[in-house]
Amino acid sequence: MTQVMDMTPATPATPASAGGIRIEGLRKVYGQGDTAVEALRNVNMTVGPGEVVGLVGPSGSGKSTLLKCLGAIIEPTSGRMTLGNDVIYDNGWTTSDLRALRRDRIGFVFQAPYLIPFLDITDNVALLPMLAGVSNAQARARALELLTALDVAHRARAEPSQLSGGEQQRVSIARALANRPPVILADEPTAPLDSERALAVMRILNQMARQAQTAIIVVTHDEKIIPTFKRIYHIRDGQTIEEAGQGLSF
Amino acid sequence: MISLAGRDIAHSWGKFVLTGLGLGLLIGVTLTMAGVYRGMVDDAQALLTNSRADLWVVQKDTQGPYAESSSLKDDVVRSVRGMPGVAQAANVTYFTMQVQRHDGDDIRAMVVGMESGQPGEPGYLVAGRQLTRSHYEAVADVKTGFALGERIRIRRHDYTVVGLTQRMVSSGGDPMVFIPLKDAQEAQFLKDNDAIINDRTRTATNPAFNRPGVPGLLDAVQALQTSSHNVNAVLVQLAPGFEAGQVAEPIRRWKHLEVFTRDGMEEILVAKLIATSARQIGMFLVILAVVSAAIVAFIIYTMTLGKIREIAVLKLIGTRNLTIASMILQQALGLGLIGFVVGKVSATIWAPVFPKFVLLLTQDAMMGLGGTLLICVLASTLAIRAALKVDPAEAIG
Repeated sequence: MTQVMDMTPATPATPASAGGIRIEGLRKVYGQGDTAVEALRNVNMTVGPGEVVGLVGPSGSGKSTLLKCLGAIIEPTSGRMTLGNDVIYDNGWTTSDLRALRRDRIGFVFQAPYLIPFLDITDNVALLPMLAGVSNAQARARALELLTALDVAHRARAEPSQLSGGEQQRVSIARALANRPPVILADEPTAPLDSERALAVMRILNQMARQAQTAIIVVTHDEKIIPTFKRIYHIRDGQTIEEAGQGLSF
Repeated sequence: MISLAGRDIAHSWGKFVLTGLGLGLLIGVTLTMAGVYRGMVDDAQALLTNSRADLWVVQKDTQGPYAESSSLKDDVVRSVRGMPGVAQAANVTYFTMQVQRHDGDDIRAMVVGMESGQPGEPGYLVAGRQLTRSHYEAVADVKTGFALGERIRIRRHDYTVVGLTQRMVSSGGDPMVFIPLKDAQEAQFLKDNDAIINDRTRTATNPAFNRPGVPGLLDAVQALQTSSHNVNAVLVQLAPGFEAGQVAEPIRRWKHLEVFTRDGMEEILVAKLIATSARQIGMFLVILAVVSAAIVAFIIYTMTLGKIREIAVLKLIGTRNLTIASMILQQALGLGLIGFVVGKVSATIWAPVFPKFVLLLTQDAMMGLGGTLLICVLASTLAIRAALKVDPAEAIG
């Protein structure tokens, strides 16, 4: 893999603050009264810059809810969430502010790559900088740089359907990195991949975290990659327990 | 920023083109319907223009000769010629009938009886010559399909086609066949032999017409019954320097006849004679517009539902609602544009094949384009609403 890559923070519409993400006493309740369901209760989590942590837990434990709160998709009922120096949802954040936050400061990697089928690989990656107001030429240059770093530049003009699953996942990682976000949320990024490819994806994420000082949270069930985390958060019944991981070296 | 709509259309162009083709054929039908109406109006105007008349003198209290039946004695023309401001006046008859070809096939045509060199004669020919003989010659519109030298049968007599004209059709779209006035009068009012014999017998047994003391009375009455001196209208050309209204008024007042100017006759033909057809076409246009809107709405809505996951991802990564709405709107407009181009080309190709004249006007095409785009905008609102309701969380699951 090409090592030379500019991972310095971009100049997005929403100014990035240094430092990872911190959650304190996060609580999320769905519904009201007798039908209220407490999906998250007193969740605490800290992920520093350049760190990759695992978030594991059984189905229904609150992983998805936590991910949605972290991703500024749903607002927690209470608690404090800090991205860099900014307290999210504080001081009257608008929908537009949250949208800009997701675009500029949070990268998403999904279980399935969910690439836009009518855009080629370059534009799938370049779309985010373009949405942030970067010129087409600069955005494409940035996309090519990332695709080169992730070894998929040779498919730059291909459509997503022409790529293998592993290649598509690498493109989705490139897309998540396109706006140089300080935080990346990865939801089961290795689930559809075999061991070798799953470890390759984790290697890439760790490398990106180190180079760009990005805080990466990986939600996973995947036993193959759990040994790669230095720190793991177990979530059960809406509460997190932190434990040290093996931190398997690549 | 790249055009998401343009990329999506380019990516699934086959689906867009096929959908646009279907929509285009509908738009083609819509444009053709408008063309049929325009053609009817143009036919009516051509009928008036080609008759080369400034005034139409018809039976009092009628709106003849095209919209209602009108009957005048053929000597009325002489008194009309004597009125101030009249340069030329000529009798004409019009009647619609089945004209038989020599091989037995027949075609519906408006037979016009006219006097050679007078108003009512076709203004120009595309082949052959004008009528020069007093009997049994005909000039036919090319839409009849008759050829020069062909023998055609009108009632009991055969006529030779000596000339061909163009754009000479009745307000109903039937092509015209011009024959000498005397022949037309006979053909229009002629009774069959049995009816003539019956009339003669009935008259002979009437003591009022068969008086022993008045010789020649019975013969005179019978001759009157079997001959025709009626025409449908007198066409008038004005002398230079006279206004139509100025000449019409004395004829109306002193001759007790109805007189129509060009504007009045156009009003009768366009506003009255084809008004029902125009409303019929208008209804069709409304239905076609509603059907087109429903189709565009359904297609765009279905296509949007097929992209829910992509839309969720776009929203999750921070795409503005306006960008997503704009993508759907542009796709709807793109579909409308493809449909309009297909429709315009289709209408242009099939319009000449129609039996009646279809006039495709640029202004109608422009209105059609505007209407199509408006329909697409309205139709896309349903899909835009669905897209804006998509929760970005759907991308996560």
